[in-house]
Amino acid sequence: MGRYVARRLLQMIPVFIGSTLLIFCMMYALPGDPVRAMMGDQAYDPAVVASIKKDLGLDQPLLQQYVNYMTGLVQGDFGTQIASQRPIADVIADAFPVTIRLTLFAFTFVTLVGIGLGVIAGLRPDTLQDRGLLTLTLILVSMPSFVLGFLLQYQFAFKWQVTTPTVTDSTDFSQLALPAIVLASLSLAYVARLTRTSIAENLRSDYMRTAVAKGLPRRRVIGVHLMRNSLIPVVTFLGIEIGSLMTGAIVTEGIFNVRGIGLEIYEALTRREGATVVGIASLMVLIYLAASLIVDLLYAVLDPRIRYA
Amino acid sequence: MPDKTVEKVEALPGDTASTAGVIVTDAGPAAEKARSLWSDAWHDLRRNPLFLVAAVLIVFLLVMSLWPGLFTSASPRDADLANHYLGKPNWGHFFAPDWLGYDVQGRSIYARVVYGARASITVGVGVTLAVSVLGTVIGMIAGYFGGWTDTLLSRMTDIFLGIPFLLGALVVLNSFEERTVWVVIMALAFLGWTQIARVARGAVITIKQADYVVAAKALGASTSRILFRHILPNALAPIIVVATIALGGYIAAEATLSFLGVGLGDTAVSWGGDVARGREQLRIAPHTLIIPSVMVSITVLSFLMFGDAVRNALDPKLR
Amino acid sequence: MRGAKSAKWVAGAIVVALAATACGGNGDGEGESKGSGPAGYVSIDVGEPQKPLIPADTNESLGSYVIQSLFTQLLDFDAKGNIVYTNAESVTTDDSKTWTVKLKKGWKFHNGEDVTSKSYIDAWNWYANIKNNQQNSFWFQDIKGYDDVHPEKGDPKAEAMSGLKAVDDHTFTIELKNTMPYFNYKLGYSTWAPLPKVFYDDPKAFGQKPVGNGPYTFEKWDHKKLIQVKAWDDYQGPNKAKNKGVQFKNYTTVEAAYKDVVSGNLDMIRQVGPTDLPKYKQDLGDGAIEQPYAAIQTLTPAFYSKTFKDIDPKVLQGLSMAIDRDTITKTVLNNTRTPAKSFTPPGVKGNQNLDTDVFTYNPEKAKKLVQEGGGVPGNKFTVQYNTDGGHKEWVTAVCESIRKATGVDCVGDPKPDFATDLEARDNDQVKGMYRGGWVADYPVNANFMKELYHTTAEANNGRFSNKEIDGLMNKADNAKSLDESVKAFQEVEKKLVEHMPAIPLWYYRINGGHGKNVDNVKVDFHGDLEVWGVTTK
Repeated sequence: MGRYVARRLLQMIPVFIGSTLLIFCMMYALPGDPVRAMMGDQAYDPAVVASIKKDLGLDQPLLQQYVNYMTGLVQGDFGTQIASQRPIADVIADAFPVTIRLTLFAFTFVTLVGIGLGVIAGLRPDTLQDRGLLTLTLILVSMPSFVLGFLLQYQFAFKWQVTTPTVTDSTDFSQLALPAIVLASLSLAYVARLTRTSIAENLRSDYMRTAVAKGLPRRRVIGVHLMRNSLIPVVTFLGIEIGSLMTGAIVTEGIFNVRGIGLEIYEALTRREGATVVGIASLMVLIYLAASLIVDLLYAVLDPRIRYA
Repeated sequence: MPDKTVEKVEALPGDTASTAGVIVTDAGPAAEKARSLWSDAWHDLRRNPLFLVAAVLIVFLLVMSLWPGLFTSASPRDADLANHYLGKPNWGHFFAPDWLGYDVQGRSIYARVVYGARASITVGVGVTLAVSVLGTVIGMIAGYFGGWTDTLLSRMTDIFLGIPFLLGALVVLNSFEERTVWVVIMALAFLGWTQIARVARGAVITIKQADYVVAAKALGASTSRILFRHILPNALAPIIVVATIALGGYIAAEATLSFLGVGLGDTAVSWGGDVARGREQLRIAPHTLIIPSVMVSITVLSFLMFGDAVRNALDPKLR
Repeated sequence: MRGAKSAKWVAGAIVVALAATACGGNGDGEGESKGSGPAGYVSIDVGEPQKPLIPADTNESLGSYVIQSLFTQLLDFDAKGNIVYTNAESVTTDDSKTWTVKLKKGWKFHNGEDVTSKSYIDAWNWYANIKNNQQNSFWFQDIKGYDDVHPEKGDPKAEAMSGLKAVDDHTFTIELKNTMPYFNYKLGYSTWAPLPKVFYDDPKAFGQKPVGNGPYTFEKWDHKKLIQVKAWDDYQGPNKAKNKGVQFKNYTTVEAAYKDVVSGNLDMIRQVGPTDLPKYKQDLGDGAIEQPYAAIQTLTPAFYSKTFKDIDPKVLQGLSMAIDRDTITKTVLNNTRTPAKSFTPPGVKGNQNLDTDVFTYNPEKAKKLVQEGGGVPGNKFTVQYNTDGGHKEWVTAVCESIRKATGVDCVGDPKPDFATDLEARDNDQVKGMYRGGWVADYPVNANFMKELYHTTAEANNGRFSNKEIDGLMNKADNAKSLDESVKAFQEVEKKLVEHMPAIPLWYYRINGGHGKNVDNVKVDFHGDLEVWGVTTK
């Protein structure tokens, strides 16, 4: 196990470097100059642009810039923003808790409602409620989040006026409810389906028959024997989900104006704040890598049949 | 979120194991009885109402995207500002230009919805084909040759998987001056091939140990013959399953990118773009936003149902 | 059993994590404060300034709002664009080349330091120095000796501009490179503000916590949330604050800001968003503000592009007449613009009624003119714009109007963001036309012509070049007095109609508003709300 973890951690290094380099190169290749853009469309002075770029090291070749950036990053320095001259670490520190709140809210929703629906459907496969759930999840999956976002915003905020159309205070959980639900919807559908399949499959398994034959009470059979085994794939799936919910917030945060990292990265992208984009993206990559490692380890822990050498 | 759709398909029950990279997909037993698998699947599909509904919808959408003129006489470009805002839907006038109302420019929403199908379908199908070819080739090479080739390609796959899909697409598409359908397809394929590559790799690793492959090798068959005649046909089932489900996701991705303003160019009629412009009229004329939204959803839904049915038919474990 | 235990642990961990963030969430006071701040303060939706708060490094409107509250330069303008002296007693000249500035006595910075000639001269020299990378450094380029502190390449040769000379503590002279009859109007821009000595110790820290000489003193800057300034009792200028302080609040959307104005959590909104425009007059009643200001939007042909290289101005006149400005401003633009009738907006000195029908919608004549002029090559052209600025709808509408009237195909050429849009303009890569826009730097007609259509003008991205017009503009710059100069530029404007360096579309209007708690909200000449004059009820 220890050796496996060590090997995985080693493998992460080239993946991390590769992903960040790729994003770095893509940012570099973008048309549009951040320093020039800052000047706006009235008159400006090219000499000042050149001078600022020189001071920031933006006139150096790509690889040199990447090395500079990574050297800083390894030492915990994310760099400073070109326009605001604020440390990027501060910008991230402001935005990150917001996204984490939103993500965890969505995650709770996914876990509770998703598993709940899945269990209800899975215990009675091929009945009306099962079919109904399948259709519902299909519909949820088929709605891109901007569609669902606008429909809910229109219904709840404009027509019924039960909530604010946009989030003005991200510590207020009642305002975060709508974006969290939109963010959660897709995962919710998947979790529900996964739970349902898993439970339906395990219902037919030998150990279930044994448990029933032993005369155990139904609550115990379902609550202990069935659930424990059926939820293994669901739990591992949820593990990966935390990471992808976080990275998936660009659109949702945009629609509901949640000032999290999704909005921050989108704004940074349009302003060509390369270091900010790469900084946030690196964090996302790290979260993804960590999540996938944890999930693989969870597999081994939860399912004794799997052993890592 | 479409990027999630795409990423998440991977984690569907059928191939959970691929995430660990340790256990191998269960395509093995199915592949041994190839012929019966396909005919079984077809037999199965014909009886699946979900599949039939999806198939009818898809045929309808395909016809719409090929010959939009069949459905409406109005042009999606012709604007008349006299209809600005006043153009609420006129539900009684089936298939007339004012059936679904007018948008902010005074253009027939019905015509725009009909003509918008082409962009969505082309991108969806195009990306799926591109991704399948790219992913299968990379996955097969990695799985068949193993060793350092596999290590290298697998790490490359990891790198691409590590980049958040939507963010990657935003950056890549931003760097193109003119975003035609082909540019969007190439950009999405560039970022999206990893999933199929993993599935293909897993399938190939199982199949290459099968007796008939070993036998072919012993008989001195060339590598390309083994790959294309013996392995590919048997690895196809899981690839098709993943690809059909992903198709819906790519359509959603195109709409999302158009919505964010980095999808198809300005002259293209695209549902995502129309949703984006409908956003400002949300309070006054919500139909300008809702109708194209519903079209995106219906389209994604049909392809998802289709993919779901195909998976159920091809994956015997789920039956 | 081992597996099951672990699963329980995981679930437990998630619950703990959730609880932890929930607590953290309630704890920190993130997000806008409820209500409208300390008593007597007024609030306005002004978002995060792009750059640190240094006068010469701020050129966007959000930062300008804050700078203008903290700093006062020599002079300012009233709503009609006339000069009002603020820190200066007078700014005079005999030859339009050497200007004498007399400062009012007794003015101080917020830290008690006297505002003297030196405060100005040192600041301007610092601003202009290339080493300090100030965005607005080119504003000082008319001063003699500018090229020494701001060479096009390399290090500066001098630390000070030779054109600036202190006569005594409250008098100094500015010598220009060339005559410029309207130079004093340029001094009204906030970039000419003075700096206290403390600035030079640590400009970076100063940018986060500025000390100025304006009507308000700096209180706090909560990044991306709020900037708060407090009225300064010792202020002596005519624009002394009539409220106790101002909160510049950051909103991510105009919709959210608007909702807060309606509900009373915010006092003023600078611009109502498109979703709320159709209803805002009903919602706000007397609080609705609708007023034109000195800014214009144009379609500017790139005269180096294949399409418009050798275009006959008649074609451009025809295209101009093919645009139904009235209908488009009323529908797609929700009355946020007034159809243009000249190259200069009303509110700037020298705005005139041009005796021409080029700006009037007339599809028949438009078609005729386009044909007479030989048409547009390829019978098609593009209009470049950035998709992140809300331009898509009007570009589409203008294009449709042209296409319908003349048969010339016109399509948008969207750039995903402003940066890309600007880069294409700077590098002469515009394929047809681009959306041009100009907000008055100073309210004189020269600003809308010399800076845009002179061959050497930096913002002349269409690369329009006409010797005759260049000559006329140079002559107008050499005029003896401002009045003569303005008149001469009026003649230039008449000539521009014949050459059409751009197709004027419409002038901007501000569609803002204020809530019931405040009164006396006025708009200045470039469309900013004058926060100092706002009173609380």
